[in-house]
Amino acid sequence: MDDTKRYERLLSRYKNGDINRRTFLTVLGAAGAAAGIIGGPMGMLVKSAKAATPEQVRFDGWGGVVSEAFEKYAFEPYTKKTGIKVVSGTFGGADEYLARVKSSQPGEFNLAHLSGVFDYARYHGLGLSSELNEANIPNLKTVITSLIEPLRKISDGKLSAVPYDYGTTGIAYNRKHISDDEARAKGAKLMIDDAYKGKIGGWAEWKTRIWYGALQSDQDPNNIGDMEAVWDMIRKNRDLVLKYWTSGAELMSLLAEEEIYVTEGWSGRIRALQDQGHDIGYYDPKGGLGWQECIFVLKGSPMAACEELLNFMLEPEVAIAVAEGQFYPPALDPKKVELGKIIPTLPAFDPSGTLDGLSFFDPAYWNKNEAEWSKKFSRVQRGY
Amino acid sequence: MAAGVARAQKHAPWILLSPSLVTIGFLLIIPMMFIVVYSFWLRTATGADQVGFYLDNWQEVLSDRFYRDILLQTLKIAFFTTIICAVVGYIPAYFVANTKMRSKTFLLIMLMLPFWISYIIRTMSWINILGTSGAINGLLLWVGIIDSPLNMLYNQTTVILGLVHYLLPFMILNVYVSLEGIDKNLTEAAESLGCNGFQAFREVTLPLSFPGLAAGSLLCFVLASGTYITPLILGGPRDAMFANLVFEAIITQLNWPLGSALSLVLLVLLGALVVIYTRYLGVDQIAKSFR
Repeated sequence: MDDTKRYERLLSRYKNGDINRRTFLTVLGAAGAAAGIIGGPMGMLVKSAKAATPEQVRFDGWGGVVSEAFEKYAFEPYTKKTGIKVVSGTFGGADEYLARVKSSQPGEFNLAHLSGVFDYARYHGLGLSSELNEANIPNLKTVITSLIEPLRKISDGKLSAVPYDYGTTGIAYNRKHISDDEARAKGAKLMIDDAYKGKIGGWAEWKTRIWYGALQSDQDPNNIGDMEAVWDMIRKNRDLVLKYWTSGAELMSLLAEEEIYVTEGWSGRIRALQDQGHDIGYYDPKGGLGWQECIFVLKGSPMAACEELLNFMLEPEVAIAVAEGQFYPPALDPKKVELGKIIPTLPAFDPSGTLDGLSFFDPAYWNKNEAEWSKKFSRVQRGY
Repeated sequence: MAAGVARAQKHAPWILLSPSLVTIGFLLIIPMMFIVVYSFWLRTATGADQVGFYLDNWQEVLSDRFYRDILLQTLKIAFFTTIICAVVGYIPAYFVANTKMRSKTFLLIMLMLPFWISYIIRTMSWINILGTSGAINGLLLWVGIIDSPLNMLYNQTTVILGLVHYLLPFMILNVYVSLEGIDKNLTEAAESLGCNGFQAFREVTLPLSFPGLAAGSLLCFVLASGTYITPLILGGPRDAMFANLVFEAIITQLNWPLGSALSLVLLVLLGALVVIYTRYLGVDQIAKSFR
């Protein structure tokens, strides 16, 4: 029996409920290891066929609980099944990662857990996109269509990434100091409320700051008419802010230690705080910011190996396990895939699978203004 | 024959120096030249770099008040950090140099101890000390001196504090080396001629330890001016230093040409400082503390 058949049989037993998730992953790992040990002489026969198989692929992500979930539920089983090692790296943001990719040779970086359609468009615009053979990723059929289509539009109908999860950047507040009613009544304007001066935080990312500045000045973030009003709101927020945070870990620390009472925050990180027992409320205001994350394959990568990893990562069992680990709903369509009991309780989860209630960055609009706005935000946040 | 020997002798220094020259060339000069070349390129709206010879980045960096203000703020923070390091660092250096204790080696190892811990971890430790639920607030609340936690973090003072914490060992080691080199008989001679202890220190020890103090100050100033981690972790929105702008230009805005011009401005400024120092005091004093 070859590896694929063994894997399919195992998966079938798991789907039938004969074994639980932990046993499934353990047996999968053991099967992979056993194949590695006894497969030596037999492996010689297929050596030529494996010559084109890379020894490793590189995956870069956000670190923290997200990377741990990927490592545990996706990479280890994948390596045991295929023999291809997944070298896992982390980055602090898509900008930082792009700087690294830009200074590297094609093929040095392979897969990345990138944020949003905006980054997909930017990477594609810089000629860093690849072209996936969708026939090698049958699980792509289970992904929410409204998450795939924006990517297709950017890359002429082709795909260079698969959507993997989605979330929102909503308002996180400490319930000891701010009630649910107050958060809902004030919405995005809670973060320009003088009453909380010195207890407000914010993500030090120009796009998010401008998005919330637009909401605070009652404008459509994807079609801003009065940009000066937005800058004024950002300045007002800046003067009340204690700290602009730069990572999810810092966001969690600031809220958990009660250094700040209110900030915008990432839905999954806030859920992680809630699960740790912190009384943190979370609310997506009207026009709140939704985003998707995708697994992007960079130009020059070993495509077949990357496509196999993508398909593996989109297996419902793996995607759900990762989603439960990182607290962001998977990109799998709940109308096509049974997502279990925990996923529907995650913040930002959309049971309809349409994501109609969320607003996303319009990549064309934001990319067009990126150079000017990112530079200006650098000044505004420093008091200009 | 004689001409051949003379020629070989003439080239010998270059041959002996060649490994160092190649290393410095590849690891320092050539990368630096790349940065210089980059600074004359332009970042286009699509994010790609436009190759050519454009003075736009330099014009922007040298004429824009924003960069000048942040540069001045950086120099101010570095200056105060250096002064505090000099004042605070001199005392332990003097104690270690003059102690009669047998455990002098142990004290020196203690001075080196902070280098074994990550700079980022050391910087972040201040969050646990000064934070709302940190050690100081916890103590003050427990004693009853305050009713609600004090906001002590994320301002320029905490940035300077973090930098002092990071740079103090550099100052102490430099001053210590300088104090160690002073002939103890000179102090005794001054005292035998009527100086009291403080006068002997002021007239003999302090002037003779000045090269070490200056070397430590130079190191502290240069390292403080180039840091971006400390303001990122311990600073508020307005407490950026010049290196943060370089980081943002290169990483966030992907504007490598502008980032290159900014980094060269800082390099030239700090380089000029080192040249001035070398002109009057000699750079070998810095090397002594690492021997």
